[in-house]
Amino acid sequence: MAAESANATLALPGVEPTVGARRARRRWPVISTSIIAAFVLVALLAPLVSPADPYEQTLRLRFRPPVWDERGSWQHPLGTDRLGRDLLARIVWGSRVSLAAGVITVLLASAFGAAVGLVAGYYGGRVDAFLMRVTDATLSFPVILLALILAVTVGPSFTNVVIAIAVILWARYARVIRGQVLTLMELDFIAQARVAGAGAGRIIMRHLVPNTMNTLVVLVTLQVGYVIILEASLSFLGAGIPPPTPAWGSMIAEGRDFVTSAWWVSFFPGLAILLVVLAFNLLGDWLRDTLDPKLRQL
Amino acid sequence: MAVPVIEVKDLHTHLVTRWGTVKAVDGVSFSVGESETLGLVGESGSGKSMTCLSIVRLVPRPAARIVSGEVLLDGEDLLARSEREMQRIRGRKVAMILQDPMSSLNPVFSVGMQVREPVAAYHGLRGRALGRRAAELLAAVKIPSPAARLRAFPHQLSGGMRQRVVGAMAIAAPPRLLIADEPTTSLDLTIQAQYLALLKELQERHRLAMIFVTHNLGIVARMCDRVAVMYAGRIVEMGPVRELFTAPAHPYTRALMESVPRLGARRELLTAIDGQPPDLAKLPPGCAFAPRCANVMERCRVEAPPEIAVSAGHATRCWLHVPA
Repeated sequence: MAAESANATLALPGVEPTVGARRARRRWPVISTSIIAAFVLVALLAPLVSPADPYEQTLRLRFRPPVWDERGSWQHPLGTDRLGRDLLARIVWGSRVSLAAGVITVLLASAFGAAVGLVAGYYGGRVDAFLMRVTDATLSFPVILLALILAVTVGPSFTNVVIAIAVILWARYARVIRGQVLTLMELDFIAQARVAGAGAGRIIMRHLVPNTMNTLVVLVTLQVGYVIILEASLSFLGAGIPPPTPAWGSMIAEGRDFVTSAWWVSFFPGLAILLVVLAFNLLGDWLRDTLDPKLRQL
Repeated sequence: MAVPVIEVKDLHTHLVTRWGTVKAVDGVSFSVGESETLGLVGESGSGKSMTCLSIVRLVPRPAARIVSGEVLLDGEDLLARSEREMQRIRGRKVAMILQDPMSSLNPVFSVGMQVREPVAAYHGLRGRALGRRAAELLAAVKIPSPAARLRAFPHQLSGGMRQRVVGAMAIAAPPRLLIADEPTTSLDLTIQAQYLALLKELQERHRLAMIFVTHNLGIVARMCDRVAVMYAGRIVEMGPVRELFTAPAHPYTRALMESVPRLGARRELLTAIDGQPPDLAKLPPGCAFAPRCANVMERCRVEAPPEIAVSAGHATRCWLHVPA
């Protein structure tokens, strides 16, 4: 019995697989990064890789099915929509809108939100109370409603979509970062920095920012996917990117009346959204596991 | 003791709370000279840490405020400095080592980056010279293979090792005054002993004035030249270590000594001090220790005792020692 348990301890049965599993998970996430890289490349090189003009209408060829259908042809590999526009070309051009909306919005929102969170967490007291009430108020405001208001009053546009989402999204960053700053402020190295003569700016930039970076990067990655979906929802509702600019959300919306007869019009942009969002989420998960410096040397 | 490095005169620091104003530091005065160590002892909440934080003007705001007094560092009043000037004094002239070695280093930067930072800031060193000086500092705190350790991250070092790194950063300037706020509380006993020896050595080398905050009387006996015993924000007794240990004048000091186990002592039971540490918001009108004091007299409950000299350099605040 005693020998048995000694053996068990030596073999570390509970620990070994965990370390192994962690290691496996921490391997460079090939699939998600290559999906993201592919979409980014396609977006950047849209004029070169697009097989056709995304705006060119050929009503004679409307609702052509994808190439593997017997009525399909290589001229339009993913088929055409109700105006006879090439779906593949529109998805390629639409990736510009979706990725740009996702990345720009999240960068704006995270920069502002993180700044608010750092200030609130560092100064505490009334500053914190005020900033956090503003954050609460912002979080209680539905993004879709704000976007609809903007669309109705100023008209739908790419800029308005970015503004509408960023104006609300920052609050999440503010809250998460503030929470983390509060825990950091309790740690001795902040006090130690202060007794070594560091001022507010130095403590924030040198100690708080680097220590919240991991969280921020993970949150940003995860939120890019969320924002792409949000942008698509807004475009779907007509409050996003106005037609005829190709955007994945509005493409799904355009196809929804024909799902039974021409499923591909909605399906392929939907698939694109799924792939990109999934890739960003997987990357985010991987980053979360990897960026912890304590796990780095395992 | 020649000219004191640090001289604290009648320092008052108040905490404004919902339950009223608390006099966390209530008229504390002491001075520490070059190469001298003053031990600051007392139970939790007696004002030890608040006194130290007041010296570097880092009392928790907005609740705490230094109300009056003087803190003279080499004759200059720190309480009259601007915040910007204080930032230059902290670390350069007055260094502090805090309690928790587990979190006293920034986890995302290597030891080297953190040790180089104060060196670069205080001495303006760059490049090679900077790296060499950082390695020298680690060597000075007896860290083996310092060059390699510079590349390590804090989580790769043990608690004792991290506290050494903090020590290395503290002497980077080197400062005039080193405040050690229970630097060994969370270390193993053997590591504690090594660390204390190291602090002593650093003190001698740089002729540092040192304020050593602790509630471990054994460490006081070992480390300090003089001791100040704090109770309810006041120094109730201050004197040379030997004298304070052999002939404690204040009943509180005596009670503290009796609560320490002694090797080879005949008595088996340790005496605990009855009652609770005082509620600083509701102090009695007379001596704060009166409700727990074994020698309490009528006068103690009415009037706070003044400072009374027991012998040269040994003073206490207790009515027992007033020549009647």
